[in-house]
Order: sequence, then structure tokens, then C-alpha cells
Amino acid sequence: MSPSNLWREIPQRYRLEAAFCPKCLTTYFPPRELCTECGSRELEKKKLPTRGKLVTYTVIHTPPKGFELYAPYIVGLIKLEDGTHLTAQITDADPDKLDLDVDVEAVIRKVKENGRDGPIYYGYKFRPILNANGAPERKC
Amino acid sequence: MRKVAVIGVGMIKVDHHWKESIRSLFTKAAINALEDAGNPDIDALYVGNMSAGQFNKQENLAPMLADALGLESKPSLRVEEGCSSGSAALYMALKDVASGMHDFVLVGGVEKMMDTATNDATFIISTVTDQEYEAFTGLSLAGINAMVMRLYMNKFGVKRESFAKFVVQMHENASKNPYAQFPFKISLDKALNSAPVAEPIHLMDCAPIGDGAAALVICPAEKAKDFTSDQVDIIGAWKASDTFLFHMRKDFLSMKATIEASRNAYEMANITPEDVDVAEVHDSFSIAGILAIEDLGFARKGEGWIAVEEGLISPDGETPVNPSGGLKARGHPIGATGIYQAAEIVLQLRGDAGKRQVPDARIGITHNTSGFGTSAIVHVFKAE
Amino acid sequence: MMIPKSRVGIEGWGCYIPRYRIKTDDIASVWDAPVDRFKEDLMIQEKAIAGPDEDTITLSTEAAINAVKRAGIDPSEIGAVLCGSESHPYAVKPTGCTVAEVIGATPYTLAADLEFACKAGTEAVQMCMGLVASGMIKYGLAIGADVAQSAPGDDLEYAAASGAAALLIGPLSSSSAASIEATVSYVTDTPDFWRRAEQPYPKHGGPFTGLSYFHHVTSAAEHLMSELGLKPSDFDYVIFHQPNGKFPLRAASQLGFTKEQVSKGLLVPYIGNTYSGSSLLGLTAVLDEAAPGQQILLVSYGSGAGSDAMYIIVQDGVEEKRDAAPKVWDYIKRKQYIDYACYAKWRRMIIGLETK
Repeated sequence: MSPSNLWREIPQRYRLEAAFCPKCLTTYFPPRELCTECGSRELEKKKLPTRGKLVTYTVIHTPPKGFELYAPYIVGLIKLEDGTHLTAQITDADPDKLDLDVDVEAVIRKVKENGRDGPIYYGYKFRPILNANGAPERKC
Repeated sequence: MRKVAVIGVGMIKVDHHWKESIRSLFTKAAINALEDAGNPDIDALYVGNMSAGQFNKQENLAPMLADALGLESKPSLRVEEGCSSGSAALYMALKDVASGMHDFVLVGGVEKMMDTATNDATFIISTVTDQEYEAFTGLSLAGINAMVMRLYMNKFGVKRESFAKFVVQMHENASKNPYAQFPFKISLDKALNSAPVAEPIHLMDCAPIGDGAAALVICPAEKAKDFTSDQVDIIGAWKASDTFLFHMRKDFLSMKATIEASRNAYEMANITPEDVDVAEVHDSFSIAGILAIEDLGFARKGEGWIAVEEGLISPDGETPVNPSGGLKARGHPIGATGIYQAAEIVLQLRGDAGKRQVPDARIGITHNTSGFGTSAIVHVFKAE
Repeated sequence: MMIPKSRVGIEGWGCYIPRYRIKTDDIASVWDAPVDRFKEDLMIQEKAIAGPDEDTITLSTEAAINAVKRAGIDPSEIGAVLCGSESHPYAVKPTGCTVAEVIGATPYTLAADLEFACKAGTEAVQMCMGLVASGMIKYGLAIGADVAQSAPGDDLEYAAASGAAALLIGPLSSSSAASIEATVSYVTDTPDFWRRAEQPYPKHGGPFTGLSYFHHVTSAAEHLMSELGLKPSDFDYVIFHQPNGKFPLRAASQLGFTKEQVSKGLLVPYIGNTYSGSSLLGLTAVLDEAAPGQQILLVSYGSGAGSDAMYIIVQDGVEEKRDAAPKVWDYIKRKQYIDYACYAKWRRMIIGLETK
């Protein structure tokens, strides 16, 4: 992913900005130009809620290039409080102790580093909500 | 529209073909198909290939392969539709013959994956997913399938063992297929206990990477009799897609693309799922195979795994699935897979499938998807 | 002494401490070091470590988000985002840009990165005070954050930790959580601890660092108190920069403060030395509990060297803001222990480890 490509996605990656069709009340994340439900072309900006529930997840043991340092890591499908879904890594969690339906919240983390001299890609990940007691552990 | 027939098939055994290049693999498969067809003059060439640009740093495949086959003066096109590039090439070739634009068309698929390191290959395969919202999170294609597998296991109370049984069946079938990458049986234990890839998917749940090529010769049905007595017609074909992003799906446990593509192809062919005697489905991962059994109409939602347990998909079952061994055991040289599937179905419908012959196969289908059901292509074949 | 022409307040405070901890015992056993020296003399039991997907930028964003939540203001009104650290991920490309973008302060904002060893965070506060008091900006966000570096096997390894704290500074108002009445910066050129530009780990003068710490800290504190006509007993809390547990206690004693005054802000035994986050994290711990009217003396220290002393008075607005974001002890209590191998992997200390 090139710097310009990354930069273009910053409103989504850093602030979870989505598009909303006021006519049929559909939310699109990532945002799009055309509401494919009702055909409207007048979509508005909407900020997504930062909390949700974990719908399902996987633990990646054979990472694609660039993610080796983080393996094993968890990627999950999350349903946010407003019903919007998105896919994101689940950080600060132990895959063996993660249940479906757990409450999660968005945080900003490093997604990819691109070596010692490349640009660092930051973006949203989700973690089980901040909880001092019995919080699930992460594998090294 | 004219009726179209398949008069020649050719396959190369799927393997790590270190000595073969894209050119040599494709040429050999094409030669096999041409000889099988009786060497007609070819009017056009279609090539299915997913990612020579990334695996081999080679674009512009059509003229390269037309040149290798002496077909430079004929129209040649390369078709890319992710993991369904092979079927997509057949779909395009089919339209040329059906419309009357060309008579004898050679359509082949090729993928040479082994010149790339494994984790580069994982990365390349993940380019079929959404780059900014799926691949960006480190999610591989296996990862999406794994999330679905977990949800499926949770919702329908299915254990990994049931998926492993599907894998065992694939290997059982492949053990009779000289073109398979893994022509050997495996035990349930071996299928169940392999290294985790993207949990709950383990290595044995995944189609392998490898090199391969396969080709077909198609022509108008009325001209087929001059070349073969075992004519197989293509009587239905459709391509459909679904939301590109997995997280935008209305139903996470079905592939709408498969459902739409198959229903439309069946309608064109004037058949129902019950009429299908043999199917080659897209089991890139065991969960994908189970979902295909359901979404193609061979089992109810949530019961695909039961069809496996009860032997309904075995070669002597109600709807034999993947007699070739499927993507899991026959192999999945990506752009070629759709053509391997078609070649297998044609051999089955001709009665030429040797030890893996499904008895009395008269109607067969191929099912080839890209990404996690981002699109699906279904072709229906009938023995004439 | 620096007194803002119009009064300045802390509208919101926030912190972030990563959840991973490594015990002093585990580090000492790898290097065959005298563990009692670190645990008892220096009073460090364990330290907080950033996870593999965390860095000074990510730590800063969470602390900033928490501060903005407590402030309850529109982030587009933030006119400056100043980030102090000695572990900015880029030598060229400010931490402040990413933090400003995440919280929504862009595009009309000043963003700058500061470095002054462990006092870069309090400098950020001082500069925000000036920008706010002059009327140049409405709100300023000052952050001290570090994923501190230490050479493997060096004494610093027992303390160098990860953490962040942020203060949202604005004109003093009835909603302010605290006021910052005055500040002193005491700076000299003292080579007690440094890191050359291309080097991964700092070097230091051993005990000489301690000498420098006490000199600058006591000088700044004494000057501030004398200019203000205040004495140690006037304060409810004193917070020092915390390279270990012993130094703040000794500084307190040298200046005439009691152990009780130091204890609330003393976090190093539990999380280690968070470098630029250190004294500010101590402040956030105090604000999480302090009552309106209470008086705080904050004294940071940065090698190189300098000390910033601040006179802070807790205001009425503090109580209703407390629960708007997680508190320091919410983060401290949340922990998972890792071993040295994991620590080495995550801190990218393994030769030949290439992140692609």
C-alpha cells in the first residue's frame, strides 16, 4: 500500500468515518458514493460508534508478508453499537480465551511497519473493553 | 444462440513443476486437449490466469501463449476473475461459440505459483480480498473462511472433525486421479491434526499451492459429431456476485453468489439440483466445500456436513462431489482450476474417468468462486 | 518564574499505560544481576511494556482521547498538539500530526514534537500555557509519552518503561479541573544521560545522573517556592519525575516534604520509569483523586539537563470529570506478565529480525 493510498483512507482508519444515506438510513463503512439500497447519491458523513460486539474471529498463524512479527494475531468481524459491521484485528487478547459476543472497543495501533525505514501504517483495531479483572491474555 | 459442445480435454498433473514455465505448462495442456479433440483448426484462444503479474512478474499472457501455440493471427484474450479465472475464460469462450462469432475455440487455464515464497503467495492470494479493509488488517483469504467456519461451527453445533471428513473424502477421490497433486488417501487423524493456519482452519483444510494447466476445445454442438462420439454439451452457464466486502454481507453463512449463479445456470439448463449427477465444487477450504454443497442445493443450510458424514457426496452417493479430489487434493493452480473442473466433468460424462468414474453420470456441474464468494461461476454440462 | 498573563487551567487529563509487564526478577535472572538492588534499593517491582503493535504515537493517541473526553470540548477547537518524547517513531515526521488527525484537531492546529529527555511532556504543558494565555489558541493539548529505550543488560533496563499522559490546557474557567498558576524551568548544559541521533539506546554517567537529578529538581522546586512565598507544608501533593522509587523520596526529604505528600503520585514501583510520561502520569494519578482546593507541586526532570516545576491548584471542575475516562489505576491494574524472550521480540532487540 502506497503512502497516498494510506493517506486517502485516514478518515476511516483514524476516526471511523462512514457514509450514511438519510433516505433509507443505511450506513456504509467504508463510505461510498452511491446508496446501493435505494439508489440515492446524496450520502452524508457519519462517525461510527467505537464499541461493539465480536461476531466471529480467526487466529492467523500463517501471516501474509509484512505481518510476521505480530503472529499469532486475531482478526475478527465486529458488529458496532449502530449495527454496522467491520473487520479488524483484535489486540490485547488471548485467542484461547476469547468468546463470541464479547464487548470490544476501538483503539489506534500500528497495523504494519514496512521495515526499519518505511512509513508506519496506523489504524483501528479492537480490544476487549478495558477491564482490570480477568482480562484475557495475549500470546507472545 | 447455438448449442455448444466440448470435444477435447487436456490436463497436466498438478505439482511443483520446477522445470516448467507458464508457456510450457500451458502448451502441454493445450496439446493434450487438441489431440483429444482430433486436432481441429482453432479460431480463437482464451486464457484463464489469476496473477501471473504478481507470481511471475508477467502480464500480457494472451499473445505470449498464442505465440507458443502458433495462433498469433487468431483472437486471443486473457481473462482474470480471481480464483474463478478458469471458469471465466470458459464463460467468455462459450459466448463466442454460442453467438456464432467463432467455431473452434481453445480455452485453457494456467497458474505457476511455485516461483514465489509461501508467504508471498499468501499475500498474493489475499489481493483478491479488499485491500484497504480486509488485507490491510492482516486478514488472509484463509482468515475470512476461518471466521465463517467458526460462526458455522458455533451456530450449527458442528465440530472440526466433520470438516476433516470432507478432507478425507477428497483425498480418497484423488487417490484414483492421475492428475491430482496429492493422489493418496489420508487418515482422519492426519486430516484433523495439522498445523493451524488461521484457526479454526488447519493446514489440511486448505487447498495447496502448486503449478498446473488444463485446456478444453469447444465448438458448435452440430459440428461436434465430426470429432467425437462422446459429445458433452454445455447447457447452462451463469456468473453472479455478492458484496465485495465480507463484513457487508447480509448472510455470513451463505454464498449468495453461488446461490444466484447456480439457480440461473440450472434454469438455463432446465434442471433442478436433484438432476445433478456429479459436481466439481470450489473447496478452496473445507468450509467453502461444505457451504458449496448447501448453496448449490444439494443439502439444506447447516446440513452440508451431514451430507459428508452420510456419504451422500461420495462417488457412489446421491450427489458425488469432486470425484477429482477437488481443490484440496487435486490441487488449485488458481487460474487453471475452473478448467480442471470442467475437464473432469467432461471425462465423467463421457464415461472416461477411469477408476474414479461416477456411475451413470449424465448431467454435471462446475462451481468456481473468487475470494470468499465475491463471485461464482456455474456451468452445467450434459452428455449427449 | 513564568506566570501566565491570564490564568490557565487543565480542562481535561488522560493517560494510557500498556497492559504488559515484565518483572524485575525476570530481567535480573537473564543478566545474572543482583535483583535486590533493583527491587529494594530502587523500589521497582515490574515495569510496563508496550505491546508489539504499540509505539509512542499510539500511546499518545489513547492518552489524548481520554483527555479530550474529560475536557468535553469540540476537538476542532484545539489549536496546538505538542508531543514530548524521546522515542518518537520518526526522526522526521511529527507524532503530533498523527495524534492531531486521530482526535480531529486538524487541519487548523499547530503540531510539534518536543524532546528534552524525560521532561519533554512538561515542556509541552508550559508551551501550551503560553499559547493559551496569550490568546493565540483556545485549547492546547500537551502530551508526554515514551516507549523508553534501554540497552540490554544495562541498569536502565529495569526501569525503562512505556506510558503516556495528556493534559488539555485552556483558559481557566468554572469547568476547569485545575489551574496552573506558575512554572519555573531550570536548565543547564549537563551531559548526564544522552542518546546520539543514530543510536538505538541511551548512555549515561551512572551516579552522575543522580547528582544532576537532585541538583536540577531541588533548584527548580526551591526557586518556584521561594518566588511564590510557599513552603513544603503548603502543598497537599508533590510529584517528582520518577526514574526509580528512591530518587523522588530522597528529593522530597531534601526539600522538606513528607512521604505522605509523595505517595499518591509515585507510580514507578508498579510501572517503571515512563520517561516523558513519568511526572505527568503522577499528576494524572493525583487528579484522579484530589479534592478542589488542594495544592500540587509538580517537578519534572529531563537529562541534558533541566527541571520544570509547576504550581497547580485543584479546582471545582475536577470531580465531575473524573469518571469520563479510565483512571491511571484502571490501567495499572490491567496487566499480563511476559517473559524476557517475548520482551526482546516485541522490543525488536533480536539481531536479524526484519519487519518486512
